[in-house]
Amino acid sequence: MLAILKRDFRSYFNSPIAYVVIGLFTFLLSLFFNDGLGTGTSDFMGDIVGTMSFLLMFFVPIITMRTIAEDKKNGTEVLLLTSPAKIGEIVMGKYLAAFSVFLVMTAVSFIFPIILIIFGKPDVALIASAYLGFILYGAVYVAVGVFASSLTENQIVAAVIGFVGLFALSAIDFLASFFSGFVAKALTWLSLAAKYEDFGNGIIDLTNIIFMISFAAVFIFLTIRVIEHKRWSQG
Amino acid sequence: MIEISNLTKEYGKIKALDNVSFTVEKGEILGFLGPNGAGKSTTMNILTGFISSTSGTVKVAGYDVLENPNEVKKHIGYLPELPPLYLDMTVNEYLDFCANLKSVPAKEWKNQKKDIMELVKITHVSHRLIKNLSKGYKQRVGLAQALVGTPEVLILDEPTVGLDPKQIIEIRKLIKALGKNHTIILSSHILPEVSAVCDRVVIINKGKIAAIDTPDNLSKKLADFSRFTVTVAGPENKVKDILSHLYGVKYLETSGKLKDDEYSYIVEADKEVDVRRQMFNQLAQHGYPILELKSMSLSLEDIFLQLTTTEEKEAK
Repeated sequence: MLAILKRDFRSYFNSPIAYVVIGLFTFLLSLFFNDGLGTGTSDFMGDIVGTMSFLLMFFVPIITMRTIAEDKKNGTEVLLLTSPAKIGEIVMGKYLAAFSVFLVMTAVSFIFPIILIIFGKPDVALIASAYLGFILYGAVYVAVGVFASSLTENQIVAAVIGFVGLFALSAIDFLASFFSGFVAKALTWLSLAAKYEDFGNGIIDLTNIIFMISFAAVFIFLTIRVIEHKRWSQG
Repeated sequence: MIEISNLTKEYGKIKALDNVSFTVEKGEILGFLGPNGAGKSTTMNILTGFISSTSGTVKVAGYDVLENPNEVKKHIGYLPELPPLYLDMTVNEYLDFCANLKSVPAKEWKNQKKDIMELVKITHVSHRLIKNLSKGYKQRVGLAQALVGTPEVLILDEPTVGLDPKQIIEIRKLIKALGKNHTIILSSHILPEVSAVCDRVVIINKGKIAAIDTPDNLSKKLADFSRFTVTVAGPENKVKDILSHLYGVKYLETSGKLKDDEYSYIVEADKEVDVRRQMFNQLAQHGYPILELKSMSLSLEDIFLQLTTTEEKEAK
């Protein structure tokens, strides 16, 4: 697992992808940050992290699109699957590599709260809570993206599936508004945005943390299933 | 070392493999021969645990591929048809990664890597990116990958495809050398390769085994006629007339003209009849001396065509 994590992580930084994604993400943030500065207070960081989680919908599929699709295309899938490593370890290695790139991206965005802390008096605890939510959000999104990547050998298709999937996930609340009773309840229960809102408001609820981690675990599990299914397929 | 019994793989209605059984002894180089699409790669993919079989069992070093896939994978080094290379890594990095993936202890790895790179002659390109290497070198790096962790069994899927003649000879030599310490299964659709390198040959066609034997035995067993080239001094039409009337001759063809009234012919005759004596006597009677007489053994190529085309006739 560690071998794959290391290899994939380095591979991101051997290609322009990681730099472009992180650069563009940081640039967009700086625009929002600049806007925020205009408000005259130093407590807008929570909102910015909220915006960041919205942006993830576009950035995460670009990070994850290559994870499994590229191995399928290059034939290196054979190398991984015929090695003594278990499929679960392979998927986890790939997931953690993509997640690490996301973490680097998150770490770069720390510039903005640090500027605020130096020049103003923001609510640090609130920012920390928002960031915790953001990282969990990322964990789920990366899992969805890796899953999308396991469905195809074309990276662009993987990115599109990932984007559509994440879009659908974030539209759950909107969908729920069309229903009432049990369906609405069930959909709201699944909504990530609602969980995130709590973090944004400074509420760290263990149920939410467990929910997000389980959500990511489900998609990692599905990815493993997809790869195993291919091995057993008769079609 | 490897036992394959009643292996069947179905893709929907298509049977890619149909009841294939054979065994490979320790230290043997087995050639796996068949036209494109015969099921060679499918068999190898099942053997290495990359895909599953529909029915049948595969045992490597006593472990069942389905029950104990990880044990089996530890014993196998696999070079698929398309070498599984990460193009954005250097040869060094790539081999280190493979060693990590196969959990080779770090202490052993240092020496092992040196040995492997010397064996496949890639030491001088070890710092280059794989994407910048030529096809021949990529193939060697792929082979090096299969050798990582010193597996007892090597499975090589068309290892010489796309290489130039010099590289082909080198890789064949290498495989022969590896055969001293490894059990090897090698697939190919090139016949001279298999007869040059392998101890035994499995000929597979349309998912079924058509023949298993040593290359020599195959030539002997399957030839139901003997074949000669004979050079005779004398007018072509008269000599041909005499030869074609010999008892047992089934086929006759002029294969070349050496001088005026000096021709060489290809004669095929029943195996049971020795036509050479008759040939000598008859030609001598007519005053046409035999200048050269040579027996030609059936090449693996002929056998291969014979086997695979009779199968086709049967199918129709």
